[in-house]
Amino acid sequence: MHSSPPDQNFLSHPKGLASWLFTLDHKRIGIMYLILICLAFGLGGFFALSIRLELMRSGEQFMDQDTYNKFFTLHGAVMVFLFIIPSIPATLGNFCLPLMLGAKDVAFPRLNLASWYVYVIGAAFTLFSVVTGAVDTGWTFYSPYSTQSSTSVISMTFGVFILGFSSIFTGLNFVVTIHKMRAPGMTWYQMPLFVWGTYATSVIQVLATPVLGITLLLLILEKTLGIGIFNPEMGGDPVLFQHFFWFYSHPAVYIMILPGMAIISELIAVHSHKKIFGYKLIAYSSVAIALLGFLVWGHHMFVSGQSEFSSMVFSFITFFIGIPTGIKIFNWMTTLYKGQICLTTPMLYALAFLILFTIGGLTGIFLGALGLDIHLHDTYFVVAHFHYVMMGGTVIAFLGGIHHWWPKIFGKMYSEFWGRIAFVFIFLGFNMTFFNQFMLGSQGMPRRYHDYSGLYKTDLFERYHGFSSYGAMVLGVGFLIIATYLIASLFNGKAASNNPWGGLTFEWATSSPPPTENFREEPIFKHGPYDYDKVLPENI
Amino acid sequence: MEQVVAIAGEEHHRGHPALAHHFHDMEQQHESIKLGVWLFLVTEVLLFGGLFCFYAIYRAWNPEMFTQAHQLLDVKLGAINTLVLIFSSVTAALAIRSIQLDRPKQTAMFLVVTLLCAATFLVIKYFEYSHKIHAHILPGELFAYTHLEGVANPHIFFSIYFAMTGLHGLHVVGGMVFLGFVLIRTLQGTYSSEYYIPVEMGGLYWHLVDLIWIYLFPLLYLVG
Ligand SMILES: [Cu+2]
Repeated sequence: MHSSPPDQNFLSHPKGLASWLFTLDHKRIGIMYLILICLAFGLGGFFALSIRLELMRSGEQFMDQDTYNKFFTLHGAVMVFLFIIPSIPATLGNFCLPLMLGAKDVAFPRLNLASWYVYVIGAAFTLFSVVTGAVDTGWTFYSPYSTQSSTSVISMTFGVFILGFSSIFTGLNFVVTIHKMRAPGMTWYQMPLFVWGTYATSVIQVLATPVLGITLLLLILEKTLGIGIFNPEMGGDPVLFQHFFWFYSHPAVYIMILPGMAIISELIAVHSHKKIFGYKLIAYSSVAIALLGFLVWGHHMFVSGQSEFSSMVFSFITFFIGIPTGIKIFNWMTTLYKGQICLTTPMLYALAFLILFTIGGLTGIFLGALGLDIHLHDTYFVVAHFHYVMMGGTVIAFLGGIHHWWPKIFGKMYSEFWGRIAFVFIFLGFNMTFFNQFMLGSQGMPRRYHDYSGLYKTDLFERYHGFSSYGAMVLGVGFLIIATYLIASLFNGKAASNNPWGGLTFEWATSSPPPTENFREEPIFKHGPYDYDKVLPENI
Repeated sequence: MEQVVAIAGEEHHRGHPALAHHFHDMEQQHESIKLGVWLFLVTEVLLFGGLFCFYAIYRAWNPEMFTQAHQLLDVKLGAINTLVLIFSSVTAALAIRSIQLDRPKQTAMFLVVTLLCAATFLVIKYFEYSHKIHAHILPGELFAYTHLEGVANPHIFFSIYFAMTGLHGLHVVGGMVFLGFVLIRTLQGTYSSEYYIPVEMGGLYWHLVDLIWIYLFPLLYLVG
């Protein structure tokens, strides 16, 4: 095996833009994804802030209702399809997975690069619709809104169709990598839990995305040729679109959250230096969530006119998902018990995840209850719920993961001081923005309204909305601080040691940043990923 | 690395030109690619699965209309196409078999036959489609065939017919492109019993394309 010289790593060698654009190295592809995904998050955040500013007071502020409809559609579509679905798997997953398995790369490096380019093309189509008049249907593209809307639905749905391929490529690649590329001696139950979570995610990506693909194709055919499948005037059924859409999009919720949970398992074990409690249960619960996730799509459709019997069944299975989720939460908390907890920035995010995701998960149970959902459906309660899951869960975990692996990826330490300051902004800002939206929703404020003057509780709504908008600004400042000190650390950060947190998984055994071929010597599996009771990690 | 290779006992495979740098040996590479192809086939099944679902739902809602509308399809041409594809599946399988036995010339011949069958299928499909287009038997709003009186919404059947056979047709074209590529590489002498993954991939994919048609034919042409 030819090793690169000790001073060379995957970042420094080879040089030049072309060496990045044509790279087959999973670590570089992960960074290329990271750049685009941060841009997408910035764009989605811009739309979010605009929406919050418009809603700060009752009455029209600075955009008319059509613009408002377009802005919330773009916020949703950009955040869901361009940011959160690829976020953790394509960036940290790409970077960490082969390292954690002790492999030199993912199974199909070319497919990996292709997925990045397909993402770029899909994003181009999705964003092209912004230039040509945007889309006003909401990110769910429900028919008949979408079939009758004169906005550029075709460009955006085609973009999302293409993005699906990117997602499938990543998922397929990871499944094969996990099955076939583990280091000699590493069994399934010796894999880090991050790998288990990524595995469950990838399975959903492979199984659910094609169904969204065909649904969007039929929607495009409906709009172009008028095939009538979703058009009741022609004997079609618009509710079928909802069924097919949610058959993908509910499992997609787990494409978003399972990688977050995967990160949390690592953060909690490593930053409390304790063997993870209930390894197998955490691993199995990821798979259980992935599989049960395919059976609950109808809980988005309690008011769509589906039969009461199917609503009951969907509601019942939805409650069931609380069980594996609860198992995870309890196992993480038990891991913390009597651990040597270091309140590093990654650990702060992990603890925040436990709080915020629990709120998000429990309010999901409220919404899964048939009677209550009739009251809360399409109100801000739903908005608050899924932001607690998606942002309080996935984005918080993503931030924790970025800080955790930053030293490994770039070989530089970020500023722990600024990291904690920014965390306070994020945690407070997030709760300020979204907690009162639970109250807003339970008081009856409908979602997606451009203007709430004239509603019977306008004064109350205005107070909640106003507070929410201030919270969004605090949140925005938090993200700006993070971006500033992370970028600054690339230039003047302290050099990171190989194992700054005392992790036991393979990625901490190689240099920071790793050499192009990942390990200078083939790693051999000697101890479990969380054997803190047996092994003392070096360099703590 | 040396150590691992010795453990695996695959020393003689290490130097094969088709072995990518990140795999230990040819076996790991072969297994990985095979699993990848099977997963890809699963995504294809799910893609068509969506359409089969639409078919089942609309047929359950409109059993009478499906029986009436399907009579406009030409069973004879559909049956011929079914036989052509089944035969091509056999030749695709034989192509894999012969490369496993290190007979690249035979492989090339079987691939050519498979490609000819695929072309025959498309030509027959072309005649079917053009007949439908002339008679205005088209999907959705474009449907303007007047001799189906008293049948509600027959255009839905043809929306589904064109969506399913159209998507399948695209897959036939895709399969031809890939098998054509494999044929060229076979003629260049790239494959042997040591390394024939692309031949196997092409074969697997072609079986799936046939299998989908084997379901499409009775569901669309033999209703009721
Ligand atoms: Cu759901």
